[in-house]
Amino acid sequence: MVLLELTQVVATYGPVRALHGIDAQVPEGSIVALLGANGAGKTTTLRAISGMVKATGRIRFDGHEVLNRRPEDVARLGVAHVPEGRGTLAQLTVWENLQMGAYIRRDRNRVKQDLDRVCGYFPWIPQRRRQPAALLSGGEQQMLAIARALMLRPRLLLLDEPSLGLAPIVVREIFDLIQAINREEGLTVLVVEQNASLALQLARRAYVLEVGRVVLEGESDELARNESVRKSYLGY
Amino acid sequence: MTATGALNSSRLRASTIFPALVALVVLFGIPLTTDSFQTFQFANVAVFVVAILGLNLLTGYSGQISLGNGAFMAIGGYTTALLVARLGVPYALTIPLSGLLAAAAGVMIGIPALRLRGIYLALATFALALAVTPVLNNFDSFTGGHAGLNLNPAAPPFGLDLSNEQWLYFLCWAVAAILFLPARLLIGSRTGRAWMAIRDGETAATANGISISFYKTLAFGISAFYAGVAGSLQAVVLAYINPDSYSLTLSLSLLIGAVVGGLGSVWGPVLGGLVVVWLPYLAERAAGLHLGPLSFGGKPDIGFGILLLVLMYFAPAGLAGLAGRAWRWYRRLRRGSGGPADGESEMVEPEPVETAERQVEPDQMST
Amino acid sequence: MLLAASVIQSFAQQVVSGVASGAIYASLALALVLIYRAMDVANFAQGEMAMFATFVAYTLITQFHLPYLLAFVLTILLAFAGGVIVERAFVRPFEGAPVLTLVIVTLALFSIVNGLAGLIWGYVFKTFDSPFPARSVQVGGVFVGIQDLGVIAVTLVVLAVVFSFFRYTRLGLAMRAAALYPESSRLLGVRTSRMLALGWGLAAAVGAVSGMMVAPIVFLDPNMMQPVLLFAFAAAVLGGIESPVGSVIGGVIVGVLLALVGTYLPGGQNLRIPFGLIVIVAVLLFRPAGLFGRREMKRV
Repeated sequence: MVLLELTQVVATYGPVRALHGIDAQVPEGSIVALLGANGAGKTTTLRAISGMVKATGRIRFDGHEVLNRRPEDVARLGVAHVPEGRGTLAQLTVWENLQMGAYIRRDRNRVKQDLDRVCGYFPWIPQRRRQPAALLSGGEQQMLAIARALMLRPRLLLLDEPSLGLAPIVVREIFDLIQAINREEGLTVLVVEQNASLALQLARRAYVLEVGRVVLEGESDELARNESVRKSYLGY
Repeated sequence: MTATGALNSSRLRASTIFPALVALVVLFGIPLTTDSFQTFQFANVAVFVVAILGLNLLTGYSGQISLGNGAFMAIGGYTTALLVARLGVPYALTIPLSGLLAAAAGVMIGIPALRLRGIYLALATFALALAVTPVLNNFDSFTGGHAGLNLNPAAPPFGLDLSNEQWLYFLCWAVAAILFLPARLLIGSRTGRAWMAIRDGETAATANGISISFYKTLAFGISAFYAGVAGSLQAVVLAYINPDSYSLTLSLSLLIGAVVGGLGSVWGPVLGGLVVVWLPYLAERAAGLHLGPLSFGGKPDIGFGILLLVLMYFAPAGLAGLAGRAWRWYRRLRRGSGGPADGESEMVEPEPVETAERQVEPDQMST
Repeated sequence: MLLAASVIQSFAQQVVSGVASGAIYASLALALVLIYRAMDVANFAQGEMAMFATFVAYTLITQFHLPYLLAFVLTILLAFAGGVIVERAFVRPFEGAPVLTLVIVTLALFSIVNGLAGLIWGYVFKTFDSPFPARSVQVGGVFVGIQDLGVIAVTLVVLAVVFSFFRYTRLGLAMRAAALYPESSRLLGVRTSRMLALGWGLAAAVGAVSGMMVAPIVFLDPNMMQPVLLFAFAAAVLGGIESPVGSVIGGVIVGVLLALVGTYLPGGQNLRIPFGLIVIVAVLLFRPAGLFGRREMKRV
C-alpha cells in the first residue's frame, strides 16, 4: 500500500520556482530516498509535505490530502519531520526534547513505555537527560532528533540530511539504527540525502532530483548500477 | 519603487510641482476663509508638519525608530522661551538657534543610538520621551517649573494688516515650506539613498561602502533640527510653555502623525500634521456622542489607536500610500483598461518601512 | 553613634522598600519578557493593560463589594482572558510583520487602552486600598513596613507559580519550546499561534498583579503605569531581555537603586525617570545582553 503519494507538486519561493512538478510514491513500511545536488529541491519537497511551504498539486498521506495544511496538523496526522539542522530544542534539556516529541499524545502510559523503548535504541540518553540539548555533539543531536521523532509514534518519518556534518562512523551508526527501526517496527521513512552511496544502501527505492524535477527513479540497486547516477552522484 | 531616482526630471515635475501648486492655493485660501481659532489650529498643523518631516527622515527613511522626538521639541521650545522671556531676544532669531541646539542634542543622542537597533532603540527613545517632563521640572529655577513661562504674543511685523493668528499661520507655514524643500532634496540625494540603503539592510549598505555611523547620526541630527524648529514655533504660537506639554503623548503624536501620513513618503508629514492636530479637536466636538453612560468626547487616544491599527493592517504606507493608490487607479481608469501599464507610476510611491526583519528560523540561529 | 544608627536604619528601610518596588517592576518586566521571547517585540501596552486590570479590580471592590482576595483572583483571571483576546483580535493579524509594525501596533493598543480607561473611569486620582496594614514591624533592629513585606511575598508567590508552570507542566514546556523554536515546535504538532495567545494571557495576568500592587502606592489613574513600564523596561534590559530570571533580578536591582536615588540625591524624586533612562542606555551600550542574557542581541 502506498502511504504517501506526491502528484505534480509545484512549489515557489517568491519569484523562484523550487519544484517543477514532483511525482513520487512512498510504500508503507519502506525506506525511500530523495537524492540530488544542493538546490535540487529535496528539502523543499519535504517541507511541502509537512506544510512548511505552500505548494500546488496533490500530496496524499494515508488517505488524507495534506497539501497546504498547517505543519502542526500534518504532524498530528502522524508525520514526524526532522528538519534541516535537526530542529534541536537547544536550550531545553534532552528529556524535555523527548517530552516535546510526545507533545500531541494523550496516552501517558504508552508514552512512558515509548521513552523506555527509545532509550533502548539510544542507551546514552538516560545518563544525559538533564543536560541542555545544546551540549550534545552533532551525532548525538541527530540521534536525539530521531528519538524525539519516534516519540510522536509517527506513521511516516521524514529525515533531512541525517549525515550532514557528521563523521563517517557516526553516520554508519545512525543509518544502521534507522534500518533497524524500519525493520523492527515497520516505520516508513523518507530520507533526503546528498551522500548517494549511503542513501542507496539504506533505502529500497530512490528518486533522483535535479533543479526541481525527478530525473530518475527506481530500486536502489538498479540506480546504483546506472551509469549517469554513478558518474554524477557516486563519483566512480 | 521607492523615491530612489526620483530626481529623474519628468517624475519630479509630476510628483512634486503639481501637488505643490495645489498646496500653495490651499495654503493662501485657508486663512482667508476660516475663523481665528481655525487659523490658529492650522498654524499648529504647520508646527507638526515640521516636526513630522524630521521624524519621517529619521524613521521613514533611515529606518531608526524614535519615540522620543518630543524631547528635541522641548529643547527648541525652551530655547525660544528662555531667550525671549528672559533676555528679550526677538523670537524670529531664536527659531534657527533652537533648531541648531536641538540638532546638537540629536547628534549627541544619535551616537549611542548607533549601537541600538530595532526594538532597543524604541525602548531607549521611549525612556527619553518619559524623562523630559521630570527633568524640566527638576530645574525649575531655570525653566520656571510647573508654572511655565509666558511669552508676549507675536504680533505681525512691518505693519502688516493681519490678525495675530493669520500672522502666526503664515509664519509657521513659511517655515514649513522652507524646510520642506531641503527634506525633499535630501531624500533624492546621495544622503537619502544612503539612508534607504541602511534601512533596507545594513550589511548590504556597508558592503556598498556607505558609512553607517555617519549617515545614521546625520539622520538623528537633522531630525532633531526639524523637531527643534517645530518646538520653537510651537512656543511662539502658544505664547506659553510648560514642562507638561512635553509628555509622552507629544512624542507619540509625532510618531502617529508620521505613520498615519505615511512613513517614507514625501507628502505624508503634511497629512500626518493635519490628522494629529484636527483629530483630537474633532473628537472633542464629538462630545455629544454617547454610548450608554459613556461619552466619547475628548478622547482622541482611542481614535488614534484604532486609526493606527486599521491603517497598519490595510495600508501600511499610510494616507499618502492610499492617495498614491487612488491616483494610480484613477490614471489607469482614464487610460482605459486595455492599455499597457507604462511601468512607472508618476506619484512617488511610498513604501512601508521594514526595520530589522523578524528572524525566520531561530532554530538555526541557536545551533 | 546615635546618628550613625539612624542613618543605617533609614538606609535599611530604603533598601527594603526598594526591594518591594523592585518586586513590582519585576512582575511587569517578567510580563514583557514573556512576550519578547515569544515574538521579539516589546509590548508597549503591557503597562496600560495592567492599569486597566487594576481598574477592574477597583470596580469589583468598590462597586460589587467583593472581598479583596476574591477581587484579586478574579482580576487575574479576567486579565488572562483579556490578554488572550487582545492577542487574537489585534496582534494576530500582524504575526510575522516587521518590528516597526509590531511596535506601532502595541503603541496603538497603548493609546486605545489608556483612552478606554479614561473614558470609563475618568482621570481623577483614586485611592486603591492596600490589603496590607500600614503598620511596621521590627526585623533585626530595622522597622519594615508590612505593606512592603506583603508586596514582596505576593510577588514571590506569583513568580513561583509562573516558573513552576513553565518548568513542570506540559503546556508550559510547549510554550517555552514554541517561543524559542517556533518552526521545530510546529513540526512536533504544537499550535504555536495558540501558544502566543496564551503567552499574552499569562503576561497580562502577571502584569495585573504588578498593577494591583503599585496602585496603593501611587494612586490609581490611567497614567499610573507609565513610569512603572519604564522601570520594568530598565529591569528587563538589565537582566537580559530574553531571560525571565534575569528580569526579576533586574527588577529588584532597579527598585533598590531608584529608592536610593530618590532619597539621597537632591531633587531625587524628579530624577527617578531620567535615572531609568540612564540605566537602559548604559546597559545597552556597555552590556547589551544584560546580566543574564545569553544570545547576541544584534539582528541584521
